[in-house]
Amino acid sequence: MTEITEVPSPFCGVGTDDLKIQVDGLTVKVLENGCAVNTPAFEQAITDTQPRVDGQIVSLDVAVAKAAALLKNTALPVIGGCATDVNGMRGLLALADHCGAVVDNMNFTRARNNFLALQDSGWMNTTLAEVKNRCDLFLVIGADLEVVVPRFFERYIWNAESMFIEHTEQREVIYLGTAPSGSASTSPNGKAAQVLPCATDDLPEVVAVLRALIKGKPMRAESVAGIKVADLQVLADKLKAVKYSVITWAAGALTYRHAELTVQTVSEMIKDINNQNTRCSGLPLAGKEGDLTANQVCGWTTGYPARTRFSRGYPEYDPFMNDTNVLIAEGEVDALVWVQAFNSQSVPPVTDLPTIVIGRSGMTFSKEPDVFIPVGTPGIDHVGHAYRTDNVVAIRLKKLRNSGLPSTADVLNAIDKALREETVC
Amino acid sequence: MLIKLTGGQVYDPASGIDGQVQDIYIQDGRIVDKSNGDFQVDKEYDLQGKVVMSGAIDMHTHIGGGKGNIARTLLPEDHRQDPVSRSDITRSGCGHAMPSTFVTGYRYAEMGYTAGFEPAVLPINARQAHMEMGDIPILDKGGYVMLGSDDYLLRMLTAKKDQKAINDYVAWTMNAAKAIGVKVVNPGGINAFKFNQRKLDLDEQNAHYGVTPRDILEVLATAVKELGVKHPLHVHGCNLGVPGNVQTTLDTIQGIGGLPMHLTHIQFHSYGTEGDMKFSSGAAQIAEAVNNNKNITIDVGQVLFGQTVTASGDSMRQHYNHKFASPNKWVVMDIECDAGCGVVPFKYKDQNFVNALQWAIGLETFLLVNDPWRIFLTTDHPNGAPFTSYPHLIRLLMDRSFRNEVLATIHPEAQKMTTLASITREYTLQEIAIMTRAGAAKLIGLKDRGGLSAGNWADITVYTDNTNRQTMFEKPDYVFKDGELVVVDGKVVHTKWGTTHVVQPDFDPSVETGLKDYFDRYLTMKLGNFKISDDEITEDGRGSITVHPLHI
Ligand SMILES: [Zn+2]
Repeated sequence: MTEITEVPSPFCGVGTDDLKIQVDGLTVKVLENGCAVNTPAFEQAITDTQPRVDGQIVSLDVAVAKAAALLKNTALPVIGGCATDVNGMRGLLALADHCGAVVDNMNFTRARNNFLALQDSGWMNTTLAEVKNRCDLFLVIGADLEVVVPRFFERYIWNAESMFIEHTEQREVIYLGTAPSGSASTSPNGKAAQVLPCATDDLPEVVAVLRALIKGKPMRAESVAGIKVADLQVLADKLKAVKYSVITWAAGALTYRHAELTVQTVSEMIKDINNQNTRCSGLPLAGKEGDLTANQVCGWTTGYPARTRFSRGYPEYDPFMNDTNVLIAEGEVDALVWVQAFNSQSVPPVTDLPTIVIGRSGMTFSKEPDVFIPVGTPGIDHVGHAYRTDNVVAIRLKKLRNSGLPSTADVLNAIDKALREETVC
Repeated sequence: MLIKLTGGQVYDPASGIDGQVQDIYIQDGRIVDKSNGDFQVDKEYDLQGKVVMSGAIDMHTHIGGGKGNIARTLLPEDHRQDPVSRSDITRSGCGHAMPSTFVTGYRYAEMGYTAGFEPAVLPINARQAHMEMGDIPILDKGGYVMLGSDDYLLRMLTAKKDQKAINDYVAWTMNAAKAIGVKVVNPGGINAFKFNQRKLDLDEQNAHYGVTPRDILEVLATAVKELGVKHPLHVHGCNLGVPGNVQTTLDTIQGIGGLPMHLTHIQFHSYGTEGDMKFSSGAAQIAEAVNNNKNITIDVGQVLFGQTVTASGDSMRQHYNHKFASPNKWVVMDIECDAGCGVVPFKYKDQNFVNALQWAIGLETFLLVNDPWRIFLTTDHPNGAPFTSYPHLIRLLMDRSFRNEVLATIHPEAQKMTTLASITREYTLQEIAIMTRAGAAKLIGLKDRGGLSAGNWADITVYTDNTNRQTMFEKPDYVFKDGELVVVDGKVVHTKWGTTHVVQPDFDPSVETGLKDYFDRYLTMKLGNFKISDDEITEDGRGSITVHPLHI
């Protein structure tokens, strides 16, 4: 039995790296600094260790050969999920390049709200340590932050010490849209966050008004989506008066059509504030199950985010057409590879296509895939790298136990090698 | 396997060879001496009439790190203009302004380059820089770690820590981030921007710390020298792009008091305020100062016309420059109490007065600095232009009539504001070899690279001599990397992985006591998780680390 300290987590998105973990054989127990997201993700038991073909247990070599055979004569396979570490993505992109596949991260439709805004007008953003030390007003738009990242407030807002904020409990926290479901945002001295509530799909209107007020445009309406314009004016005045405000949103929580326009309005508003003699920055929340990792590695390998196809021999990005679900629904693809090394609950869409699953041990399927290869989880079964929410800091994941499970990269590289040796696909 | 390169005209400034015909032998990846004795040549290349140089080294090119990937993500429309297909031996990707990693390696190699150094490695983003460079094939690589706007250093200065303490911190950071040099970008300015300062002159105080850029330059340049790091402090100075900044740059040179200092992309820091447009060339003054101060080296950061993207750690100046973004989209970030970045697409136009004069200022600088060992050929890729424009730039330097032809086409007012037409100098092949090979290896402190004498690694480029220097340098006949033939007729024929060059200056281990406390109290990562281990570069079996000697 061993105890490992300073364990970084790839699960919570903010790169928490103060976990203390006990390892006893294959059993992992979070001793300190766990949370509702990290603890179950680390402690989940290994249930299956052997690959299956057509539901029968086989050796890894046989499973790899079968996967290569299934991919051999495909016209357009899609590799979905894309939830793994940096080396896993490297292997995934090499395989996709060689067999002309579509690469599509499973969270891309949500992340697209950010990418479309970024690629159309850009933004001004910040990172977690700047929040921890500089943020004096924290505005949360449309997200129930503590459910997504349970320890966010503890680590970055109510931190005991801060270089430039004398008393962190005096920081102001304001929610626009969704109200917080718990009390993590309440300051240590008992001050609850201010909430300006509205329905999520009213946010476009509300942020448009807020931006107009920031720019000093006159507003005739007295309320918008149930929020008094006077209250928004107070918020606008505060954003202009404080020294370093941070505005956060979760692209995935903006569950209405063309939510990219909301991200864009918020990002342009942040730029406007920076033109009014103070500082303000955005902090898009993401970093779950390797989504930023997938986009980063695909970004440097192809130039594009992880919704990119290789079917013409070179990468082509299309944030709408290269969607796994769309491609399957329209019958455009002839095989599905699902890569998900973090979450055994996250299984591929059920289809009649030949299906290969490279997944975390413990996946259960309503329809057994043609090939299932259980792989180790980055940060538990093998070392690796993952990006956290601010998209700047890559954390070094540790190996905690000897499970003997191969990594995603091991498996994808083996399939790629088998394909290249047998055939030109 | 013994390879013989027979009868080429060799330009090897590192050993004083200037175009003499010499044979070169390669064995086990290195150049070997075979002047006598019995031996059997396994493979011979007849290089009669060919020009032979060592592989070129780009000492300042943004090829790895977060801001480059932001630049990529920002510009899908640019990539679509230049798709690159996979082949049996190469990966697919994209080119133009900020190419994908694999394409970066192929295209550099196809121009005869065998190494590139990322100059702006944020300590907190060093992992990403190395991972991206880990996906660049063929080239050797390395990075200069960025300090000077990090709150830790500024706190040390405010607390009046002694030089020894600063040296330990700098050495520790270089080891933790796996760097070969130290860079400072807008000294203290990136930090000041977080306190809402929008400009910071050499002697202007940071509003919170009371520290000036001059203070920061002095302690960092001293640290680099005292630690024995061969690459001098790499400085992106104050006031980038500001008309009148030539005076800031001259003051910076004088202020460093003889310490070794490299001023990067100096073109962007050589602007006067004369003329109707209040924008003029300061190149002559800069060149004079460089010529007179032997402790100073520079690279130019030449602007060439066309679409590109600027990616810089200088969030303060990039935020100002967003007004010129073309297309109009841009990103500025504050990063981890460490630094920042700004990504702004630019389209340099020959009919725009300022852009045209920037072009001329860069060329004036190249031509007025006398010592090719102290000036380096860069476009500050991708900031002044993508690296793929180097052959064109070499032609501008080597061919006066071509230069003057292009000069005659730029904005007429800019033509009046430059002395370029009157400058007769044409660079020689040997001078090009100094700037892009021997001088660069010496400046970075690379052992056994950048030369063609026995003992050097066999990074070798072979060109067909051609009076059109652009054609010549665009398409080498052969490129060898570590003795392996990787390019034939300007096309990659074989790929391999290069090494990562680092230095490992000593530090007092007790430096971690203060750092651990700081990390635990203020940062978001544990000290132990911050340091990059050797494994992270070598574990996939394709990376390696080469440690270079210090000056001690
Ligand atoms: Zn640069």
